[in-house]
Amino acid sequence: MIGVTAAALWSYWRRNPLQLLTMIAGLALATALWSGVQALNAEARASYAAAAAVVGEGRYDQLLPRVGDRIAQDSFVALRRAGWPVGPVLEGRLDLPEGEVLLLGIDPLTMPAGTGAAAQAATVPFARFLSGDVVLAHPDDAASLASVVSADVIPNADITQGTALADIGLAQTLLQKPKQLSRLVVAANLPLRLPPISDVAPDLILQPAQAGSDTAQLTDSFHLNLTAFGILSFAVGIFIVYGAVGLAFEQRRAMVRALRTMGLSMRFLMTMLIAEIGLISLFSGLIGVVLGYVLAASLLPDVAATLRGLYGAQVAGTLQLHPSWWLSSLGIALLGGAAAAASAVWRMSRLPLRTGRDPQVWAMQTARGWRVQSVVAVLLLIVAAVFVLQGGSLFMGFGAVAALLLGAALGLPPLLAATLRFAEGQAKGAVAQWFWADTRQQLPRLGLSMMALLLAITANIGVSTMVSSFRLTFIDFLDQRLFAEVYVSTETEAQAAAIEALADDGVTALPLLSVETRIGAQRADLYGARVGPVYAENWQFLAQDGIVWPRVAAGEAAIINEQLARRADLWPGDKIAITADLALPVAGVVGDYGNPIGQIIIGDDIFQTLHPTAKPNQFGVLGGGADVLTQRLQSELGLAPAQMIDQTALKATSLAVFERTFTVTAALNLLTLAVAGAAILLSLLTMASMRVPQLAAVWALGITRQQLGRLELARAAVLAALTLVLALPLGLMLAYLLLSVINVEAFGWQLPMFLFPTDYAVLGLVSVIAALLAALWPAVRLARTAPARFLQVFSNEA
Amino acid sequence: MLLDVENLSKSYDGPAGRVPVLSGVSLRINAGETLALTGESGSGKSTLLHLIGGLDQADSGRIVFDGEDIAALDDRARAALRRQKIGIIFQQFNLIPSLTVEQNILFQARLAGREAASDASSISAALGLTEQLEKYPEQLSGGQQQRVAIARTLVARPKMILADEPTGNLDEETATVVMEQLRSLVDKAGTALILVTHSPALASRMAHQRHLSHGRIS
Repeated sequence: MIGVTAAALWSYWRRNPLQLLTMIAGLALATALWSGVQALNAEARASYAAAAAVVGEGRYDQLLPRVGDRIAQDSFVALRRAGWPVGPVLEGRLDLPEGEVLLLGIDPLTMPAGTGAAAQAATVPFARFLSGDVVLAHPDDAASLASVVSADVIPNADITQGTALADIGLAQTLLQKPKQLSRLVVAANLPLRLPPISDVAPDLILQPAQAGSDTAQLTDSFHLNLTAFGILSFAVGIFIVYGAVGLAFEQRRAMVRALRTMGLSMRFLMTMLIAEIGLISLFSGLIGVVLGYVLAASLLPDVAATLRGLYGAQVAGTLQLHPSWWLSSLGIALLGGAAAAASAVWRMSRLPLRTGRDPQVWAMQTARGWRVQSVVAVLLLIVAAVFVLQGGSLFMGFGAVAALLLGAALGLPPLLAATLRFAEGQAKGAVAQWFWADTRQQLPRLGLSMMALLLAITANIGVSTMVSSFRLTFIDFLDQRLFAEVYVSTETEAQAAAIEALADDGVTALPLLSVETRIGAQRADLYGARVGPVYAENWQFLAQDGIVWPRVAAGEAAIINEQLARRADLWPGDKIAITADLALPVAGVVGDYGNPIGQIIIGDDIFQTLHPTAKPNQFGVLGGGADVLTQRLQSELGLAPAQMIDQTALKATSLAVFERTFTVTAALNLLTLAVAGAAILLSLLTMASMRVPQLAAVWALGITRQQLGRLELARAAVLAALTLVLALPLGLMLAYLLLSVINVEAFGWQLPMFLFPTDYAVLGLVSVIAALLAALWPAVRLARTAPARFLQVFSNEA
Repeated sequence: MLLDVENLSKSYDGPAGRVPVLSGVSLRINAGETLALTGESGSGKSTLLHLIGGLDQADSGRIVFDGEDIAALDDRARAALRRQKIGIIFQQFNLIPSLTVEQNILFQARLAGREAASDASSISAALGLTEQLEKYPEQLSGGQQQRVAIARTLVARPKMILADEPTGNLDEETATVVMEQLRSLVDKAGTALILVTHSPALASRMAHQRHLSHGRIS
């Protein structure tokens, strides 16, 4: 019985291969975009986790310096003597001929056994590791590393790419940080009656386990954006599947009715139909997984470059095929199939045995359901407004975006229907009147693709407005911040002194002093600025309290960036604790776009007092133009060209990092639009056979097939244009939410919103062209329909 | 002479090669005349009607309608002929589901560029459709839908109406009423009518009757 029934049900797909293709394509595309983005995120996070696992980040408590980024080795010794089971870690970047490597120094004797570093160190004989004669590195880095260190470099595939592991003594030598440590890892099981850390090492602060790695925290917002794209693309794909499944179930009502009259129970038939959807979903999911892998593999280099450029996060450049990833992708395909088929299955389960309705009637009935849809749409828009007004969290921000997009998508078909009804009322000729009425009648089916198009255009407008606003602001910001004509890196103190001496000769040389520090539990950079007219002329403040620079120069105030201001809720007039003993009032808050880390700027005198060992090895130099300065620095001070970067080159480098981010965004934008175009094409192809009787009647009345084809094209263009009209304000609302709500919550800074009318016009044109291209094939097929196909409609004879 | 069909032949591709449907069919009809075409299923009645209406093309022979050889016209010109001079009524009504009854009735006349509001009003009244004008086709019974199809054709004022089993989907009582109304309105308008039917009773109400058998006319 199962075989016979399955064959009967399958015969429908055999006779309607296009519908089957639509469903498979929709689900495969949805799965591909979802799983591709998940693969990118998973790969990046796996890299962070692998790097973090080396020193047990997240699993073990850690002791970090309260201020600055270094711990004196004496603190470690004091803690061990007091009975604290801590293991020292020193980390730092080691330059290689090509790129750099993160060198981790550990003491395998005191490192908790559960850390990756302890396990990796144990792969070589203990005594040999402790002798300081061995460095373990990823096979890809081993050769390069061997060229700069005298120790033996042993390749180890378990070590994260871009990372190397050595005994702490060797690391201190290689990183030129004698008797310095970065952090102390605390073993899980602590002995009883330990003295408080504040007594033994008051300069250290405890970061509890599970607080997450810095890298993971920093990059969360980037991954969140990718995830949002994945969800959006998945939703667009599911619209396609929903349409295809709905039509297939409606057209099989007669078959199901016939099978029931032949003695099959509705329960059995429902089981068969659900199993059929499951199998198709699984098959589509498999295709989606393959496509997703290809997509992720092609985008990974850009994503890795972005993460490296923006956050310094190392992500492996090759994609791993984790079983959890493809299994979850198949799961999401099944879930998507189930979601798209749920309402069709439910309606089928309530099918009465003896009544018949054709698909056209179903379309009309769907149109009646729009009243309910309109109410839901309005409710969702209200929810979006409430979320925006309440605000305060990333969840609220994304909730507002989801409610806004879903509400607008649901509201689109009723809005289009009302517009088309109005146009129909205004139409003068018979053809025009039929065109508008017929277009309105196609809405229940085409509406879904239009909803997909709306989401795609909205996402395009919203995201491109955000990205372009970001770009514009960032370029302004670079112009403001990169005020020096040439940036110089010195190699010796003599070179630094020589550059400072140039100040007497019409040249301004501003040392760039900085150390890593912590404000509470947050990492921040502390800068020492030699205040002069250059800063006052170039820097603009988002908020300020009276005169700023003179107070900073006098060591009486500090400037902080917006990220730190928002995170620590510190604003002009508030006091910020620079060290345990020094708190300065905040005099100004500056925009600091693209930087996720907090920043504090104080005068260089007070900076030198706090960090006497910090010597400037970078300078911003002005006076006479970049070319003249470069030549002078080369001839007079003997600096190598590689030690000097002119502002244009630095700006280009900075912009290049952001262009990578934009490349990823643009690729996803384009893919979303392509999926929406596919939705229109597949809808039109699916509808083509259904529409033959209606078109045959019009053809018989004297409208040529060519004219019908042209009208089909016009229909796609008109619907795309109307959708565009709604998508524009919706996209701008999305941009506002991204810039003023989500950006603040995710990145910690607010961006001004700019409008780009030319870009929107181009996008509009591209969208209409995409719709026209999608409609072209169905229109050509219609124009070339053999009269015999239409005549079949009128044939009364066998 | 309004219509002169001479030696018309048509065949279709079948599994075993070409299958002749019409073989050397000839017939003539004057303006305002009515003609019934009867025959068994598969005798070629509908095919003949489709050829006369310019919906299909003959393999050989001539169809001269109102002085024009339909067989020599291209697709565009044949479409124009249907818009302006020929009305077709189908068994399946072929109304446009997205338009109201009133819009359907006016549709072909407006396609032909004729102002037909007053005709539509009187013909709708004559066919008992006045109360249905704002409705959509799906809201009407089969008999009402066929009346709308008849009204649409008549309002366009064609010179000839081709009716292909117009009452085939209706019960006997409704069929009789609808045919009476069609006949009466055709007579009043002076329009020629070719009616394809299985029913001898309906055929007998036409001025002329011709029978088709195996693609040949008698």
